[in-house]
Amino acid sequence: MTKLTGAQMIWECLTLEGVEVVFGYPGGAILPTYDAMLGYKIHHVLVRHEQGATHMADGYARASGKVGVAIATSGPGATNMVTGIATAMMDSVPIVCITGQVGSKAIGSDAFQETDVTGVTLPITKHNYLVTRTEDIPRAIKEAFFIARSGRQGPVLVDITKDAQQGSAEFVWEVGPLRLPGYRPDLRTLPSELERALHLINNAERPLILAGHGIISAGARAQVLEFAERAQVPIAMTLLGLGGIPASHGLNLGMMGMHGEAYVNSAIQQADLLLAFGMRFDDRVTGNLKTYAVNARKIHIDIDSSELNKNVRVDVGLVGDLRDVLQELLPGVQSADHSAWLDHIDSMKGDLAVRDIQSLPDTGHLYAAHVINDIWRLTKGNAIVVTDVGQHQMWEAQYYKHDHERTLITSGGLGTMGFALPAAIGAKFACPDREVWVVAGDGGFQMTMAELATIKQEKIKLNIAIINNFYLGMVRQWQEFFYEKRSAAPPLLGPDFVKLAEAFGLRGLRIKQRAELQGLVEEARADSGTVVIDFQVEQEDSVFPMVPAGADLDKMIRRPARDVLIETGADADEWELGA
Amino acid sequence: MAHTLIAYVEDKPGVLNRVASLFRRRAFNIVSLTVGRTEQAGVSRMTIVVDTDELGARRAEANLYKLVNVLRVDDVTNKPAVVRELVLVKLGVTAEQRTAVLQLVNVFRARVVDISAEAMITEITGSQDKVESFIETMRAFHIISVARTGLIAMVRGGGKISANPPLVAAQLPENGAAEDTAGLSMSV
Ligand SMILES: Cc1ncc(C[n+]2csc(CCOP(=O)(O)OP(=O)(O)O)c2C)c(N)n1
Ligand SMILES: [Mg+2]
Repeated sequence: MTKLTGAQMIWECLTLEGVEVVFGYPGGAILPTYDAMLGYKIHHVLVRHEQGATHMADGYARASGKVGVAIATSGPGATNMVTGIATAMMDSVPIVCITGQVGSKAIGSDAFQETDVTGVTLPITKHNYLVTRTEDIPRAIKEAFFIARSGRQGPVLVDITKDAQQGSAEFVWEVGPLRLPGYRPDLRTLPSELERALHLINNAERPLILAGHGIISAGARAQVLEFAERAQVPIAMTLLGLGGIPASHGLNLGMMGMHGEAYVNSAIQQADLLLAFGMRFDDRVTGNLKTYAVNARKIHIDIDSSELNKNVRVDVGLVGDLRDVLQELLPGVQSADHSAWLDHIDSMKGDLAVRDIQSLPDTGHLYAAHVINDIWRLTKGNAIVVTDVGQHQMWEAQYYKHDHERTLITSGGLGTMGFALPAAIGAKFACPDREVWVVAGDGGFQMTMAELATIKQEKIKLNIAIINNFYLGMVRQWQEFFYEKRSAAPPLLGPDFVKLAEAFGLRGLRIKQRAELQGLVEEARADSGTVVIDFQVEQEDSVFPMVPAGADLDKMIRRPARDVLIETGADADEWELGA
Repeated sequence: MAHTLIAYVEDKPGVLNRVASLFRRRAFNIVSLTVGRTEQAGVSRMTIVVDTDELGARRAEANLYKLVNVLRVDDVTNKPAVVRELVLVKLGVTAEQRTAVLQLVNVFRARVVDISAEAMITEITGSQDKVESFIETMRAFHIISVARTGLIAMVRGGGKISANPPLVAAQLPENGAAEDTAGLSMSV
């Protein structure tokens, strides 16, 4: 019988799980595992900060639909992962984090670099393990992958003591179902509930689908479209749902919520039936819960039964994988004609986003909205765009029209600044043949920019757009709107991003005027290496429309009327594309 | 209102922590929590009394099910169940007070389990109402300390709870959301 060390078992398990790449950073308690790595084919990406490793695993998972893997040492290595784990938890992203732990005998003694990592990550993981015996490693890793990718997906952490890595045991990889009696990712709804749902669906006059991340996780695009087209139901999207349904689809209204278009939010408030498909009524999409869609019956389909009736009381809650539940519902969904309702929504499309940027005054400056919309146009909507958090994130959601699933990768639930750059690295490893763009603010970019070194070392090609407004723009906007312009956070002093790129051995470009944009962006795309573009945009611009936090969903701050109507830029005709 | 949930959990390290942490994180107020082994090896039983409404209880239940080590959850609040708590009350009593205490102990079917020169320990088992009123009554004397186990509960009758619950219904309280919104007009 061949015996393996625990360290070898870890790589053996990862190989058996089909892992091709891991993102990690070494240290004392995980060194046995690093030592054993050399015998295996898995590619290890050496990151510059363990937070980066978790975001890379996250970006990899979101882009590919597979489980992403991050590795770190005990203590500070593991605590550096916390932000990335919480980010993946909030957005239900399947990642497995493997951390080294001090020797099992030393646990509890405040040994060097000892942190109770399973304790720390208890509330931000779907599940976690502390493994102290070599022979328990395969089972723990196998369960971790299964739990991460099944049911409502999420992060799982496996903390493995140094002596468990060093010890030897017989390697047993159990085939067949795992023994997890308390884990039921496949809970389903009683058939009688389906009947109640169908009754509401077939009798609605003003139905509206709220499409969330679940569409993408469940791969339910075809079912949602069949449903919507047959019953003629318009679709509003959450931020994380974008791309789940083609932006160009006639029934797709676009994004809802805080920075969604006003007519989308008004439609929600006026609907008589809301069909929540794999979304969780986050406060960023509901506004004031007391006045939220009070005229609507609500049907909620979610894989996580604890989401039902959490924020919004629903009339029918259907538990299960969105695709499965829709497949069960579809035979009973009748064709319908809701043209009056659809026409009414059409009539509310007052200040459409695209029309708005056409009318931005040409001050010779660059507007973030233009930048994003130009990137959309030049990439023909085919790029994977990974955004950071802030104003640029919302502009991306408004002005880059995503037709394809898994092409917008963004931290929605946690809103983690610093996410974009590392997550894009992960996405590029998942999809090496795709064009990948980072859209980051000057603030968030500075949080994790050390990963530029990882990019250089791994020789990968990204296009990095820094939407540089010299401000923590979203904070500045809130201060302007809600704190009487008191600016407690002054303008942000950043580095010279062009020189910074060059210092990392990458190419840097600067764009200050719209006229330069097309040429330089094409140059960046054509370059075989990663290019950092410093887009110096209008500094005190704001994202419109906006529902102030906690306000009624349809009480939006609308776009200010622009007095000058000038179409700017090289290919103004092409704007019609997005109208 | 207090809801009594029984959770069957895998007897593994850290499970109590996971359950307690869940209630804290979701801002539930735990009134009492007891844990002990069951007739089945590897399975522990928790009785959790939580101060919440019907919707909250459903949410607590659904969240408990999300814990990988939780096998089964049963809300016995509205089921015929035997609910018990054990309480020890240490009283500082003079020799003259002893007879009075003994009489009350008899009335409550409690017991005296320890007597020393200046103190005695009484023990009572019963429903929450009963033990509360016992403690209340004992306040007439000098209470030195009270130790309570928290509630344990068991559904009456011969039925055995299966470790695997069937399909999950829509997680709605019996007189829940559907009826509540029914009063709203369907037109704008
Ligand atoms: C880690 C973290 N810290 C703080 C915040 C709060 N926050 C949200 S947006 C924002 C400003 C972002 O500035 P920048 O990256 O320059 O993007 P902009 O809004 O200017 O486009 C801040 C500080 C956050 N979301 N994440
Ligand atoms: Mg900024």
